[in-house]
Amino acid sequence: MNFDRKIENFIAFFIHHDGYKEVLLGLSNTVKIAVIGLLIGIVIGTVIATVRVIPKYKLLPRILNGFCSLYVGLFRGTPMVVQLLVFYYVALPLMHLKLDSVTVSIIVFGLNSGAYISEIMRGGIQSVDYGQMEGGRSVGLSFSTTMMKIVIPQAVKNILPTMGNEFIALIKETSVVSFVGAADLYKAFNYIGTNSYEFMVPYLVMALIYIVMVCLISLLIKIMERSLNKSDRHH
Amino acid sequence: MIDIIDLKKSFGKNEVLRGINLTVNKGDIVAVIGPSGSGKSTFLRCINCMEDPTGGKIIFNGVDIADPKVNINIHRRKICMVFQHFNLFNNKTVIQNIMLSPVICAKQDRRKALRHNLFHKDKIAVRSVADIKKEARANAERLLARIGLSDKANVYPSTLSGGQKQRVAIVRSLAMNPQVMLFDEPTSALDPEMVGEVLDLMKELAAEGMTMVVVTHEMGFAREVANRVLFIDEGVIMEQGEPAEFFGNPQCDRLKDFLAKVL
Ligand SMILES: Nc1ncnc2c1ncn2[C@@H]1O[C@H](COP(=O)(O)OP(=O)(O)OP(=O)(O)O)[C@@H](O)[C@H]1O
Ligand SMILES: [Mg+2]
Repeated sequence: MNFDRKIENFIAFFIHHDGYKEVLLGLSNTVKIAVIGLLIGIVIGTVIATVRVIPKYKLLPRILNGFCSLYVGLFRGTPMVVQLLVFYYVALPLMHLKLDSVTVSIIVFGLNSGAYISEIMRGGIQSVDYGQMEGGRSVGLSFSTTMMKIVIPQAVKNILPTMGNEFIALIKETSVVSFVGAADLYKAFNYIGTNSYEFMVPYLVMALIYIVMVCLISLLIKIMERSLNKSDRHH
Repeated sequence: MIDIIDLKKSFGKNEVLRGINLTVNKGDIVAVIGPSGSGKSTFLRCINCMEDPTGGKIIFNGVDIADPKVNINIHRRKICMVFQHFNLFNNKTVIQNIMLSPVICAKQDRRKALRHNLFHKDKIAVRSVADIKKEARANAERLLARIGLSDKANVYPSTLSGGQKQRVAIVRSLAMNPQVMLFDEPTSALDPEMVGEVLDLMKELAAEGMTMVVVTHEMGFAREVANRVLFIDEGVIMEQGEPAEFFGNPQCDRLKDFLAKVL
């Protein structure tokens, strides 16, 4: 079978046998899992990072800090696939819960990226001059207000490129959610391949879609960086 | 206004302040001098509990603010601090720097008033958020006009000169209507030609009756503006007095040595 025939075959299957529907579903699930996962991760990560930079004289911050360390250690110490499988086949049955596989993927991606983002965020917060916190505290703002209004916005600016990489990593890692049966891009193209008895073109197209997504995200981050750099000195 | 009673501060084993007593009255201008590492900054930072004292009391308006149970943020609105390195908010424009805390604090008070009105018969007047912002902006514009930087309202601090930054930092504190202002070497990080503009602004505040505690290496300022000068060394106030007497007729040897070196 020559390559032209393979492409024709793929296009035929893509259009006439609902291949495009599978791909659209897969694409939307992939994006959904990565984007919502990232948003959950940002919230969790910010909270954990804040807890980890609170001064630790008192008991409560110490306990919270210990808990956060444990959380980050667990999620960074195991592969995403394992977390997915454990959540889906161990944690949910134990809790007598039933959730669909996309929801489970979103939750696990959120929890997982929360651990990574907390570390990124902590580095970002520590990269902001401590004088910024003191400036806020010196005019009567609380620790958390100064954190939210002054320190974290500057930290976010510093870590935006790293966060972009985290998002790209999430997008790519969505390719493991079919382990728990979620319909992502991999599952869609695998479906096309299996039914058309031909894998070369489907997988090639899948790779292309991933690359296009990653390029788009990189572009988006560049634009965001530029708009955030307003507060820097204009030469 | 502020009674500092037997203030102590250690960092681990390093005993930096070893029992400082001082009363600051309304309108006082207290200059604090002393050798490097003697604990001047630590002393100043303990006054508004930027550093938590390890012993003693700081009585401000009748409340011991060194007590960890006291909500220090409320009191810091009235004891503002100006730093050597300005510490302006880099992610806010000049006018936002000045407005930020007044607006947030007024909003906090507003929420408190609303909660109070919910449960009590005696109602507190509640201002609208729009009014709060309008008032804070008008006040910030007035303060910027005062220091001649109205045209810089919408630029970011990174574009200002050191002297301009410090003057903005001073009016950022002024916007809180503080009862006391603490200055930690406010001119030490400035190029010599910018020291004057900052000292002039501080002199203006002094003339208006602002209560100030100023850690400084500017002996001229201490002599001219302060009504009391403290010499801190080895974690205690070694000597204090009115500037004329203090500089003209120093008693202890440490102070004589120090003055011989810096004058
Ligand atoms: N956060 C801190 N942690 C540990 N030690 C500190 C801390 N801040 C200050 N010290 C120590 O306290 C002592 C006094 O420092 P401080 O900054 O108060 O001196 P200073 O009189 O302001 O000196 P300078 O004129 O150089 O500003 C120094 O020995 C310093 O090492
Ligand atoms: Mg100092």
